[in-house]
Amino acid sequence: MTGLSDLSIEAAGTGLRDGSFTSVELLAAVVRRAAITEAHHHAYLTIDRDGARLAAERADGELADGTDRGHLHGIPIALKDNMCTKGLETTASSQMLAGYEPPYDGTAVARLRAAGAVIVGKTNLDEFAMGSSTENSAYGPTRNPWDTDTVPGGSSGGSAAAVAVGSALGAYGSDTGGSIRQPAALSGVVGVKPTYGLVSRYGLIAFASSLDQIGPIARSVGDAAVLLEAVAGWDIHDATSYRGDVPAISEGLADGVDGVRIGVVTELMAEGIHDEVRSGTQEMIEQLSAAGAVVTEVSLPATEFALSAYYLIAPAECSANLARFDGVRYGLRVDGDTTEEMMQRSRAAGFGPEVTRRILLGTYALSAGYYDAFYGQAQKVRTLMRQDFEAAYKDVDVLVSPTSPTTAFPIGERTDDPLAMYYADVCTIPCNLSGDPAMSVPISLDTAGLPIGFQVMAPALGEEMMFRVGAAVERIADFDARPALASDEVVSA
Amino acid sequence: MPVEIDIAKVAKLARIALTDEEQETYGRQLADILEHAARVQALATDGVKPTSHPLTMVNAFRPDEVTGSLPRDEVLAMAPDAVDGYFRVPKILDEQ
Repeated sequence: MTGLSDLSIEAAGTGLRDGSFTSVELLAAVVRRAAITEAHHHAYLTIDRDGARLAAERADGELADGTDRGHLHGIPIALKDNMCTKGLETTASSQMLAGYEPPYDGTAVARLRAAGAVIVGKTNLDEFAMGSSTENSAYGPTRNPWDTDTVPGGSSGGSAAAVAVGSALGAYGSDTGGSIRQPAALSGVVGVKPTYGLVSRYGLIAFASSLDQIGPIARSVGDAAVLLEAVAGWDIHDATSYRGDVPAISEGLADGVDGVRIGVVTELMAEGIHDEVRSGTQEMIEQLSAAGAVVTEVSLPATEFALSAYYLIAPAECSANLARFDGVRYGLRVDGDTTEEMMQRSRAAGFGPEVTRRILLGTYALSAGYYDAFYGQAQKVRTLMRQDFEAAYKDVDVLVSPTSPTTAFPIGERTDDPLAMYYADVCTIPCNLSGDPAMSVPISLDTAGLPIGFQVMAPALGEEMMFRVGAAVERIADFDARPALASDEVVSA
Repeated sequence: MPVEIDIAKVAKLARIALTDEEQETYGRQLADILEHAARVQALATDGVKPTSHPLTMVNAFRPDEVTGSLPRDEVLAMAPDAVDGYFRVPKILDEQ
């Protein structure tokens, strides 16, 4: 399958500028692709045909008049449905926000509009970004393009699937415990969680504020760099956004790994990692070594406790953040005789099981008598995790591991077993706890034909080196497989 | 180590109405998850300071400039119930 919707962002930009096609034509190809793929994968919750067409027409008009807004000018992209878009329904995949049209654009969204990007629509996610499979959506699951009986990963599964099948040229997600990287790995695309604070969270529906970070999902490392550059940088509306200069994200993409010090995380190559994922990861490490990288093994002992700490910290923050959904200012209301009864009924009706579970878990972990034993202790584990990373980065430039302990798992396999689902994030959570950047790059397929993702981690603001190594991994892997789509019509779309 | 949970109390604190059946299910699941999470208690953390946030920032100042706020009508348009420019909720205080 090759069509306009399969182009890289760079190639599409060239085509738009040399007159090979217009943004309106590019958008039409993407929408035609979605018309075929959506029935099979359900990546989108909303496709904004009218708004996207207007944006594409404007992009074409500006280019014709000599106004060029840069790499994303006229490029059709998708947004996870927890990013507020003014006047365009934003649900976070929850019944709680059915029909909600934000009165403002989040900062990342506003920057994308200013960069001339064409927002195709809003993608499916696990409700309020809580999950690892995109099954926890009030609007039905997204299916993995490589095998529709399996999950695409989550919570940004809709964005990952859209990019994988070409119903967007690039997309954005949010990553709290792996929600960009894990679906990218399971769907065979590139996913990046930037350094905490590099992208403003203003207008991102909050899950766990000390962990949440917006980042790109793309078909190549180069595309991911362009997508990240468009939204990175300080924002007056987010007090936790980073005030310094944005790292030179795409400067080193061609530099290779000769002499780069790469640490392999011992704990993330151990038991619990499926054989094919481990051997695929190991093979890539050997190839990086052959390409001149200096490879050593690095132990991060706190990793063993990271998952437990995360499932106290994230629910604790979630229970506080989701207190705002009380049936008063926005969202679902179920009437009651008293305000308290109205709130209790509204929240019971509006939240799905996983969100309810995490709110209860967080409420418990923060409640009097248990705070020190659970939440307080988890915060100390977070300190130890950071110290492990800091010590490691004295000796290596990047750390590597599998992104996910398994490839895509069957739909329904883990929905009744929260702990089994939580384990999907075991490799990605450490960098959320530390705030450091990490990315997933697809390297190969397992024997079932499902993608394996390779994780590259770097110290805070180490995006330049992370993308440099990620690009080298991409070149070595030469992963050019694409999911087989259901219809021959796709070829012409 | 089994974890004792008063699920009815937790649900009340969280302002979520649960049926008896839901209380049973969530209570059991929370106990399982907390038993796993309680592993953090096994770690020696004497002298370790807690981390609440990945950034070591202290205060984030911005210029004290007057800017616009969201238009009231647009905000209230998304409210479940509004009257005379206010959010409306059920009665909170009993009549004396």
